[in-house]
Amino acid sequence: MKHLLSIADISREEAITILNTANELAKVSDTPMKKLPTLRGRTIVNLFAEDSTRTRISFEAAAKRLSADVINFSAKGSSVSKGESLKDTAQTLQAMGADAVIIRHGASGAPARLAACEWMSGAVINAGDGTHEHPSQALLDAFTIRKHLSHGKEDLAGLRIVIVGDILHSRVARSNVLLLTKLGARVTVVAPPTLIPYGIESWPVDVAYDFDSVIETADVIMMLRVQLERMSELFFPNAREYSRYFGLNKERLSRMAPHALVMHPGPMNRGLEITADSADSARSVILEQVTNGVSVRMAILYLLLAGDTSIEVGA
Amino acid sequence: MSNDQRNFLIKGGHLADGDGRDIRISDGVITEVGENLAIGESHVVDANGCVILSGLVDLHTHLREPGREDSETVLSGAQAGVKGGYVALSAMANTSPVADTAGVVEQVFRLGQATGLLDVFPIGAVTQGIAGKVLAEIGAMAHSVARVRVFSDDGNCVSDPLVMRRALEYVKQFGGVIAQHAQEPSLTIDSQMNEGVVSALLGLKGWPAVAEEAIIARDVLLAQHVGSRLHICHLTTAGGVEIIRAAKARGIQVSAEVTPHHLLLTDELARGFDPIFKVNPPLRTQADVLALRGGLADGTIDIVATDHAPHPGESKECEWQEAAFGMLGLEHALSIISATMVETGLMTWVDVQDRMSVAPARIAGYENHGCVIEVGSPAHLTIADTNSTYRVDRDQLASKSKNTPFHGMEFKTKVVVTFFNGNVVYHDGRCA
Repeated sequence: MKHLLSIADISREEAITILNTANELAKVSDTPMKKLPTLRGRTIVNLFAEDSTRTRISFEAAAKRLSADVINFSAKGSSVSKGESLKDTAQTLQAMGADAVIIRHGASGAPARLAACEWMSGAVINAGDGTHEHPSQALLDAFTIRKHLSHGKEDLAGLRIVIVGDILHSRVARSNVLLLTKLGARVTVVAPPTLIPYGIESWPVDVAYDFDSVIETADVIMMLRVQLERMSELFFPNAREYSRYFGLNKERLSRMAPHALVMHPGPMNRGLEITADSADSARSVILEQVTNGVSVRMAILYLLLAGDTSIEVGA
Repeated sequence: MSNDQRNFLIKGGHLADGDGRDIRISDGVITEVGENLAIGESHVVDANGCVILSGLVDLHTHLREPGREDSETVLSGAQAGVKGGYVALSAMANTSPVADTAGVVEQVFRLGQATGLLDVFPIGAVTQGIAGKVLAEIGAMAHSVARVRVFSDDGNCVSDPLVMRRALEYVKQFGGVIAQHAQEPSLTIDSQMNEGVVSALLGLKGWPAVAEEAIIARDVLLAQHVGSRLHICHLTTAGGVEIIRAAKARGIQVSAEVTPHHLLLTDELARGFDPIFKVNPPLRTQADVLALRGGLADGTIDIVATDHAPHPGESKECEWQEAAFGMLGLEHALSIISATMVETGLMTWVDVQDRMSVAPARIAGYENHGCVIEVGSPAHLTIADTNSTYRVDRDQLASKSKNTPFHGMEFKTKVVVTFFNGNVVYHDGRCA
């Protein structure tokens, strides 16, 4: 693996390797030093052409725990916002000797373009591109689910996972559908038909319009952020109606199986897709997702840049 | 070879119907067609293994001049045209300034004449600034030196049904035709590629087939109602083919074109996010490609038109959604039609001659083009070697731009000589 561009182009085995590596690296975070020397002297650029504090600091923490030098290159005040082309930005980073670029971009496929073109030679890690994919989010979600529900297995075979919300515009949903099904889970997506992509029949998922019909059987309910501007684009009439039929509330929470988890990739719209009592309930692993994000991103950087899979925690 | 050489004998080739014939050309006109003609004083053009077609006519070309001479000029577009076997191009109106006045169409017409390579017939805008609101000076363009007969807002759809109705009616006074870019705008806001399985996976905003089909359906009904001629640009959908087929069966005066790229490429090519494959209307599915081929073969689709759309490098060396729509077409059109329609057994060379020369000249009213190859006809001829496999190289194009999606592909049929008005305007070396 030279890049991490999408879940679509990694194998089940590669995904499991990343999860297993993350498991080992999580132990680093439990040591007093919280740091490995593995990537000392390597330069990693966080190229964030779209705002995302959470993902950026998660990658930054991961890189720093592996002793890499991190340069943050964000949209505001940078040449990206002055209309510099992706090509020029990439060539600049290449000239500065970046070993890896972690890219968040509003355009679907921007990381793939960086990786395919001759503009730079470093590893490219997709930290979310347009409405395409967000592979590290899916990996941390799978890691979190596996930790709670796999009973020691390496994959997620047999688990029923329900993803609720704006499937059409969600890169988190795309990556999760691909990864969770690759790992053997059965995925159901729930949304009003306007927010289900055309051609969903080709996806390895079940589709439900009635959230209530799938709550009791779910092992995991993953809520997606719904952007309010979708209302003006006529995807649903208003926020109240959306919440009523597609929001996770106390009543729906109470019907979930005893072991079932509530997840959300954040940032949440409390009161829209998820009520505060659901987000803060005992079933919610939302903050744990954030914690696991650092370990999974360490694993991604480790596997792409360190070139071997032996890890000595505390070395 | 110099163009003051006016007497040629094309030897050893065969006509579209397969008959082996030599053709003598003197002073711009075909003077003799027959077997084993004597060389005499003529300069010999070796056409062994070649098919000789009436010179190709393109009804849809973006020449970019005036305004974007960095991507193409009338001259460079003409050079690309003759290399592809074309002797007449139709310059689309979406230049800068827009070709919505007699002044601009006359400028483009004269630039075309100045090339000496082929005829450039300007297409006039339907509406001022191709903005879809107010009719352009259609009469002035029709009565100008350029004698415009085809009007199009191509790049934009004439989406307002009243504007479309008026335009269809208005051009009847001089036998004009409205060439519609069929794209319902509200269904295609920010659209990036065909809406389908691939767009859903890639997270690129979809351009649904229905946005094309809805406009075609509306416009064939409008054309029927007002008794006018309608031409549908760059048809891409199986559903669109069905609507045109049904409209023709009802006697509606509608014609349609398909591009070489829509006959060859599919939306699967978007998977790598390389915007060289970004085009409007977008590449569709294999089922659409097969329906388009079927429609072209049975005559539902009247013609092949290139929608040759040059863009500078920076417009394609970027993210997909930032990239410009469009791809080059002139230089490889005949090769692609041979590969997709002739070598597959769907069409004969007679059909190709009809779809690429005779029918486009008839639809647009280009006199002296698309003529039968016989004594007295103007000597506009396209000579193509049907067994001369070559590989497309984007660094070896006549166009000023390099945005060809066919780079690296191999084709069997290659244009080797183009005659315009009895002059050799392109040759690949065999009559040097």
